[in-house]
Amino acid sequence: MAYSNELYQQVILDHNRKPRNFRKIEEPTHVCPGHNPLCGDHITVYIHTEGDVVSDVSFEGSGCAISKASASMMTESVKGKTLAEVKKMFEEFHGMLMGELDVDQDQHKLGKLSLFQGVKQYSSRVKCAALSWHALVGALDLKTEISTE
Amino acid sequence: MSTLSIEQIKESFPVLQQQVHGKDLVYMDNAATTQKPQVVLDCLNNFYCKDYATVHRGAYLLSEKATSLFEAVRGKVAQFINAQKEKEIIYVKGTTEAINLVANSWGRKNLKEGDEVLISAMEHHANIVPWQMVCEDVGAVLKVIPMDDKGELIMEEFYALLSERTKFVSVVHVSNALGTINPVKEICQAAKSVGAVSLVDGAQSTAHMKVDVQDMGCDFFAFSSHKIYGPSGAGALYGRYELLKAMPPWQGGGDMIYTVSFEKTEYADPPARFEAGTPAITEIIGMGAAIDYLSSLGMDFVAEKEDELLRYGTAALKEIEGLRLIGEASKKAGVLSFVLDKAHPHDIATIVDGEGVSIRAGHHCAQPVMTRFNIPATARASLAIYNTKKDIDALVRALRIVNDIF
Repeated sequence: MAYSNELYQQVILDHNRKPRNFRKIEEPTHVCPGHNPLCGDHITVYIHTEGDVVSDVSFEGSGCAISKASASMMTESVKGKTLAEVKKMFEEFHGMLMGELDVDQDQHKLGKLSLFQGVKQYSSRVKCAALSWHALVGALDLKTEISTE
Repeated sequence: MSTLSIEQIKESFPVLQQQVHGKDLVYMDNAATTQKPQVVLDCLNNFYCKDYATVHRGAYLLSEKATSLFEAVRGKVAQFINAQKEKEIIYVKGTTEAINLVANSWGRKNLKEGDEVLISAMEHHANIVPWQMVCEDVGAVLKVIPMDDKGELIMEEFYALLSERTKFVSVVHVSNALGTINPVKEICQAAKSVGAVSLVDGAQSTAHMKVDVQDMGCDFFAFSSHKIYGPSGAGALYGRYELLKAMPPWQGGGDMIYTVSFEKTEYADPPARFEAGTPAITEIIGMGAAIDYLSSLGMDFVAEKEDELLRYGTAALKEIEGLRLIGEASKKAGVLSFVLDKAHPHDIATIVDGEGVSIRAGHHCAQPVMTRFNIPATARASLAIYNTKKDIDALVRALRIVNDIF
C-alpha cells in the first residue's frame, strides 16, 4: 500500500476528477479569489445568499487534487447552511487540518469533510486543502480568529 | 579524473544512507540544494573543534590560523573558476546576494535614465528582481531575451535587443527550471561589443561543469556554496578587478574600511570593500572543502557522468504515459522538469515522496518560465553526482504509481 493512500482516498480522487459545482454563478452576492502563491493554485469561490442562508455556492480555477477536491466537497457541504453554521464548519475544518480537532474523538459536524484529516500529516499540503475555505470566508467576510500565516 | 563508481561516491554522503517512509532515500532536488560529502562535514567539524576564531583580527594564534584557512579559499575559488587574480573573488552569502551586490553597487553608480539592462526569459527571480528594483529607481529599462518552445534563448532576438543603450547583460548559465545550458560565451562577447558589462549566474552550473570565467569572457560570475556540496550561507562573486576597483561599497560596516572618522571614511580595496561585517567564516572554509572535493573528482568526470544519467533519465521519463518534459534544449544539464496529464505537480511530489523519492514541485522561483509554457508549476527531478540509474528507476516506478492512483 502506498504511503499516500490515506491522503488520496477514492472520494477525494472522484471529486478531483469530477468537481461538483464547478461553475460560475452569474449574479453572485459574494465572490472571492483564493490564490496560493507557493504553488500557483487559483480558486475563485462564488456565493449567493438569501437572508443568512447560502442558497448557492460554486467555484472555478485550477489546482492540485487536494485543493480541487476540497473546494468541490466544501460547496456540497455549505449549500443550504446559515452563515453561522458555515463559520462553525470552517473553524472545525481548519481545526482538523491544524491537528486541534480529532474527528474521531471530538464532536463536530464535518461529515464527509473529515476525509481530509489525513492532510494534517503533510504540512506542505494543508494550505491546498484550506485554500477554498479561506476564499469562502473571505467572500462572506465572516470574522474569524484564524489566519493561514 | 576519478576512477570511483557513482555508488562509491554516493557512499561518501551520510544523509543519503537512510530510508524515508520505509524506502531508500532517493534525493533529486539538487537544483534547490545539494547534500554534503563526509569530507565537507569533517572540515566543518575540525574547524569548529580546533581552529575557530574570528578572521582579520589576529593578534593571537587562533585568529591567524582561522584567517589563513579562510583566505586560502579565495585562491581555491579563483583556481576552480579560472579567475586571473584571487582578489577578484568576493565572499558572499550566495548567488542572490552576489547579484544584489552588483545591481546595487555597479548598477546604481552606472545606470542612468533610458539605459537598458538585458536579462533572459529563463531567469530565476534572483536575477530579475534586483535589476527591476534598480531600474525602477534610476529610470533604466529592463528588457528580456525571449526563448522558444524547447527552452532555448532566441539568439536573433538577443542581437536585435542589443544596442548602444544596453549597459548590462545578466543571464543564467544553466536554467534551474529547464536545465538549458545557455551560450554564455557568445552572449558575453556580444555584450562587450556594444560596451555592456555582463554577469553570468552560475548557481546551477558550477557543480556540474567546468567553469572558466576568462574563457567565458564574463565581467561577473556568481555561485552558491550549498549547490556545490558545501554549506549554505556562503558563495562567491567573481568580478574583473578593474570593475570592482571602480565600484562603491553597498554595505557599510567593519572590515570594509581603510580608515574611519566621523568626518570621512576611506574604503578598503576589493575584495574587502564588499565584505562588511563578520563573514560566514566556517561556511566559507567548508566551501573550500567542497571545491577540493569536486576538484578531486574532476569536473570533466562530473559533467560526463551527469550527462550520461540525464540521457538515461530523459529516455526513461518519456516512456511514462501522459508525461511531458518541460525544457528540451539541445544543450542541457541535469534537470528533468515535467508535467503529467492526470496529476498536478504537487500531487506528484507528495506521492513519489511516499516512495522515498524527493523531488520539487512548484514554479522553482521562475514564474515567468511557467507563464511562458502556460503551466502553473512543474515537477522537477534535478540530478547530482551521487545520483544513480537506480535512482532514476525508483522515480519511474513512483511515477507509475502516481498514474495508477489518478
